[in-house]
Amino acid sequence: MFANTIKVVVKYGYLFVDGLKYTLYLSAISVFFGAIFGSLIAMMRMSHFRTVRTVATAYIEAIRCTPLLLQLYFFYFMLPDLLPILNDKFICISVALVINCSAYTSEIVRAGIQAVDRGQMEAARSLGLDARQTMRRVILPQAVKNILPALCNEFIMIIKETSLASVFFIGDIMTQYRVISGAMYLVIEPLIVAGVIYFILTFSLSKLVASYERRLKVGD
Amino acid sequence: MTEQALTFGLEQELQSIPETEPLIRVVDLKKDFGKLKVLKGLNEQVKKGEVISIVGPSGSGKSTFLRCLNLLERPTSGQVFFEGTEITAKGVDINRHRQKMGMVFQLFNIFPHLTVSENICLAPVMLGKRKKPEMQEYADQLLKRVGLLDKRNEHPGRLSGGQKQRLAIVRALAMNPDVMLFDEPTSALDPEMVGEVLDVIVKLVSEGMTSVIVTHEMGFAREVSDRVLFMDDGIIAEQGPPDEIFDHPQNPRTQEFFSKVLR
Repeated sequence: MFANTIKVVVKYGYLFVDGLKYTLYLSAISVFFGAIFGSLIAMMRMSHFRTVRTVATAYIEAIRCTPLLLQLYFFYFMLPDLLPILNDKFICISVALVINCSAYTSEIVRAGIQAVDRGQMEAARSLGLDARQTMRRVILPQAVKNILPALCNEFIMIIKETSLASVFFIGDIMTQYRVISGAMYLVIEPLIVAGVIYFILTFSLSKLVASYERRLKVGD
Repeated sequence: MTEQALTFGLEQELQSIPETEPLIRVVDLKKDFGKLKVLKGLNEQVKKGEVISIVGPSGSGKSTFLRCLNLLERPTSGQVFFEGTEITAKGVDINRHRQKMGMVFQLFNIFPHLTVSENICLAPVMLGKRKKPEMQEYADQLLKRVGLLDKRNEHPGRLSGGQKQRLAIVRALAMNPDVMLFDEPTSALDPEMVGEVLDVIVKLVSEGMTSVIVTHEMGFAREVSDRVLFMDDGIIAEQGPPDEIFDHPQNPRTQEFFSKVLR
């Protein structure tokens, strides 16, 4: 088995590198756009208007209470029907991942903002700043410290979850696993290689986030 | 330093309001939190230059009353007039009026992500009171007067509680307010730091700053106040000059309270 594992790496290592690129690419897109949409939804969630709040809450719950795989299927089949231009599986999968991610990041953003001490808002308002100015200059700069580490952890989660996209042969690490295992008639060995890649990636990233978080704490 | 150099150089720019109109006037102010009636109809006024202390047992509504004056707490009913304008009226730009009402909080509420100097400059620069370079100079002057000039570029995390509260006071002063509201400014301080903060407030009121001070420091209240309000259970149970209130309270509840806190 050991010899076969080496063979997988030597012969098909380049495919895994390719898959790694796709995995990172998909994850980055998901978290980046997910964070942008997520912030908007978080703002809606904290709106003064009840209807806006309800819409945002419904969106978040609908996403969080259904499996990602179902959402991937849903957008994979629905989007091309809706808009023929979107007849590209990479786009469809990306949209599904971004939407999924936005629901989770919106909760991260909301929690980060609400974790800022209420007194900060009161102090700023007592000086005569309006709600917008207070948010921009006092609350958000402090909320970012709460949000960024959690966002990085979301990125790490998404790296693992993009593996579900291999169902649609999207080109990520797990897609490459299926290609290689088909070509070599080997099941376990390429799986070990893929697992090691995922592990190194997420383990080192989470260690990085942890040390980054410690540095933020010192800064307080 | 001469006495002159020690002043805060307050530039009181009161709008022309009728002589008879007090700086703050409160009419039948009520505040409920759900079923709990915290303020049960207060009528009070603060004249220009007056220093008022609010004392009373905890839960009596002192802080709520103070926070209703700049509408950090929205009154359930009643009116608050500030410099002749009813700020509780619909459509009033409360932000503009808050610029003239400085507030100091029990827990300082210093902005931790900004340096000491930036804490002071943020609001005046953002609201177009002064240009940034000019404001930084003014901030230095203010910091010098509370002995914090050497901390100007530090982050507040390194400051002691007393230093934070002194910073909070000059941060409010930087807007050149017409009145200062103090919400238990020394209650969260270690005992050895209470003095340095009270000194700043004493200096400030001696220069004629109109102030409303919620406090548990009875000696301080007696020393600085023109008038003391004793609050109990959502009403002003008794009010008058400090000597009368502290030495000859008429209301049995006032008597009972002071028999406990003044020994």
